[in-house]
Amino acid sequence: MLSIEQIKHIAKLARLGVSDVEAEKFSQQLSSILGYVELLNEVDVKDVLPTSQVTGLQNVMREDTVKPFCTKEELLGCTELPVQLDQIKVKPVMNQ
Amino acid sequence: MLNTLTLTEASQGLRDKKFSSVELTKACLDQIKKHNEAMNAFVLVTEDLALKQAEAADAVLAKGGAHVLAGIPMGLKDIFNTKGVRTTCCSKIIRDFVPPYNATVVDKLSDAGMVLLGKLNMDEFACGGSTEHSCFGVTKNPWDLERVAGGSSGGSAAAVAADMAYYTLGTDTGGSIRQPASLSGCVGLKVTYGRVSRSGVTAMASSWDTIGPFGKTVQDTATVLQAIAGHDGRDATTPMVDVPDYSKSLGQSVQGLKIGVPKEYFGEGTDPEVEKAVRDALKEYEKMGATIHEVSLPYTKYAIAVYYVAMPAELSANLARFDGIRFGSKPSTEADSLLDYYLKVRSEGFGDEIKRRIMIGTYVLSAGYYDAYYRKAQKVRTLIIQDFENAFKNVDVMITPVSPFPAFKIGEKKDDPLAMYLADALTIPVSCAGVPAMSVPCGFSSGTATGGKKLPIGMQIIGPQFSEDLLFKVGSAYEQVTEWHKMKPTL
Repeated sequence: MLSIEQIKHIAKLARLGVSDVEAEKFSQQLSSILGYVELLNEVDVKDVLPTSQVTGLQNVMREDTVKPFCTKEELLGCTELPVQLDQIKVKPVMNQ
Repeated sequence: MLNTLTLTEASQGLRDKKFSSVELTKACLDQIKKHNEAMNAFVLVTEDLALKQAEAADAVLAKGGAHVLAGIPMGLKDIFNTKGVRTTCCSKIIRDFVPPYNATVVDKLSDAGMVLLGKLNMDEFACGGSTEHSCFGVTKNPWDLERVAGGSSGGSAAAVAADMAYYTLGTDTGGSIRQPASLSGCVGLKVTYGRVSRSGVTAMASSWDTIGPFGKTVQDTATVLQAIAGHDGRDATTPMVDVPDYSKSLGQSVQGLKIGVPKEYFGEGTDPEVEKAVRDALKEYEKMGATIHEVSLPYTKYAIAVYYVAMPAELSANLARFDGIRFGSKPSTEADSLLDYYLKVRSEGFGDEIKRRIMIGTYVLSAGYYDAYYRKAQKVRTLIIQDFENAFKNVDVMITPVSPFPAFKIGEKKDDPLAMYLADALTIPVSCAGVPAMSVPCGFSSGTATGGKKLPIGMQIIGPQFSEDLLFKVGSAYEQVTEWHKMKPTL
């Protein structure tokens, strides 16, 4: 069971703003989902290796060569934020 | 009614100069104009672009030597980056995003002479099984407008089923191609993980995501896969496995084919009409000389739990980039700090299902829970993979239902996430194993429970990794002796 406080903590870690009403709803819904996945506890996984890749590929390498992609203007054109000296201007990270 | 042709018929007709690509395109655009308002399959119609591309294709066709897909009007799930054409993932957070480059598959299809009719509706960031989690509203099922078309690639399925496009592309992470194909009544192929490049397609859960076609026939989907499959230097998960000539598999005999029927996929929880339709299909295969064998995939019941730990974990990491700086729009009101900016952007931009999954992912990856949830899920995933490996030692393919029930009512499961998740019980295990599977129409509900409205039913043909050619053989053999794939909804 995830409490409303836990939901708010997780939401902040995930950079999601949630209202009190939402936190209560998500507390119930997430608790039911996490309750369901408890099913995994009945499986004996001793000596079983975890899977993170299903086709057996390992250490896929390529030449480190520069290939033309989009132009600088095209990429900077994707932002709504102010652009200054070819850089995107954001809120200050430090000294908050 | 040129739009009712199959891709194969349309392509042949172009070659025989019976009609032009512009005529095919206009026929599809007319169908979209007539029915899209009611169905909401397309979220963007690129009429001018389509007609321009059709004219260009006609010029290439006139010269001869054109690609089999040249001039064939199609649609893309709105998760494929299209240079200069708005791509939203049906999320408010990037509602105005215009990509500066094409997905690899879009480049490949453009080179073949693609005619893009528009972008198709989906659950936000491909998270859902009903297209109800789209910022553009739900896609309606062409067989019954009160029901969902399935999801997450609901628009892609409905557009093909309603003859708005000859083929479409979608993505399948836990069933998002197969389930809507089954619910809407068309063919949908989930490929082997890595068979088709994912470059330029917004990632949902990276160790699960696949890209595949929807078509009116098995042959049509084979033609499309031929054009998009293969290694891509821009997607490191595409192995150097040769792409066979899929056309050679079509029309081949299934005499002696061993078909496995996993007992865990039938019975409790599966609608009797769905079970009957699939069992009837198995009888057709027996008549054609295939043999049926009961098999067991004992870890099936853990697949949903594995998926709903591992997928949100990967999703929460992938969606971190939608922060209003790297991707995403500014918040509606001024933020007073960077943290406040992130919180506002993401709470305004994401829908509830995305928020739920991001929070689950964040939780299961957090310190102290990683081993208990994520690591554990990855281990059980290994056991599910072994289930499939063991089964394929004894049989060539397996056949199961795709969805335990036909299309459900709009709103029926929207506020009960767990009920929606459980609807994917028969497609998720296949995704765990990364093997390919195809949904092929195999019957209809009787209509007694739905006021006389008959709803399509699909069967799932599952093969070992990189056996798409075998799926085409098995699927096309069935289409030669049945008519289900020719049934059309009354719009």
